[in-house]
Amino acid sequence: MSAYAATWVAILAASAVCFLTKLVGHRVPEHWLAQPRVARVAALVTVALLAALVGVTTVVTGASLAVDARLVAVAVAAVALALRAPFVVVVVLAAVVAAVLRALT
Amino acid sequence: MRSARHPHASPSSQPPPDARAAAIRQALSVSAATGVYGISFGALAVAAGLDLWQTTALSLLMFTGGSQFAFIGVLGGGGAAGAAVATAGLLGARNALYGAALAPLLHARGARRALAAHLTIDESTAVATAQRDPDVARTGFWWTGLGVFVLWNVFTAVGALVGDALGDPTRWGLDAAAAAAFLGLLWPRLASRTAQGVAAGAVVVALALTPLAPAGVPILAAAAVAVVVGWRDPGPRLHGHDHDDRHDDDDGPGGPPAPGPAPTSRGARTGPAARPWSRVRPGAGA
Repeated sequence: MSAYAATWVAILAASAVCFLTKLVGHRVPEHWLAQPRVARVAALVTVALLAALVGVTTVVTGASLAVDARLVAVAVAAVALALRAPFVVVVVLAAVVAAVLRALT
Repeated sequence: MRSARHPHASPSSQPPPDARAAAIRQALSVSAATGVYGISFGALAVAAGLDLWQTTALSLLMFTGGSQFAFIGVLGGGGAAGAAVATAGLLGARNALYGAALAPLLHARGARRALAAHLTIDESTAVATAQRDPDVARTGFWWTGLGVFVLWNVFTAVGALVGDALGDPTRWGLDAAAAAAFLGLLWPRLASRTAQGVAAGAVVVALALTPLAPAGVPILAAAAVAVVVGWRDPGPRLHGHDHDDRHDDDDGPGGPPAPGPAPTSRGARTGPAARPWSRVRPGAGA
């Protein structure tokens, strides 16, 4: 299977998983999922995955760690978030910082 | 009683019309804010190597922003398709909890329930559960769900076309933009100290495993931190109360910087602070 076809299969599979997850929520009795432990784990899994994605997309190149313009850009994004900048502004700002740093170096 | 009801009839008392109008206004503003950042998703998906059709398919079929960003993040980082599917699926797990909270409000059956499930995301759940009257909650859910769906998909396509036209993604800093997007999705969820600790632990685990494991696997492994902590921690609730928020602002120990006060806890834009989705800033986590 070509890489392109494999990506399509992954898109369809992941979409099916996400849809079925939502549907299960609508179909099971509410109290099954209302347990504090379930809610806690689900919320923290979201936090952990997003944090890991921040880390990996910021300092990983290939299979090794590499500090470059991305780290500066993400630091600027963090400041913007602390100042309550909207999501789109944060994302664009990070791109601009990285692009400018790379153009200069 | 449920089956005898007309879809548009109110249970017993008619909700005030201004409550319904307010819910619709809220739904539209949330839809606009969320929809616009579909541009960043579209551009980043193309930068990660997807084509226009794959990008639009993700927004149409997956339709849960965090999972979509994660999917392209893992693939863009060289991860295997299986790791991308697993990460997207795990990030979508919270939607099951949203569905369980929405089902008693919506009373949807059959195809309508399937549609409701597809539209179950942070924003539609937040707007629906913020309403006092169940009838108004239904209005809020459908207007937000459909509004975000339409705009998210339109702007995804716009973003993909823009990303295509830009060419080399690193020249435009799009790799850094992807990292910032994940940070933006994470930020409103960092209100509690437990969450900050888990985030820090997850980063450490993911980076430590990076040289050892295939791409994508370190991210999945980081989820184990959350399961261990969430399973054992009997302590204060994650979604905290207002006094927790203020306390947390003062000292974020280690790890990610302490966030500002949770955006929704004082603005009350999206309802009661004790609910997981109420942490989610509209426009920061489709």
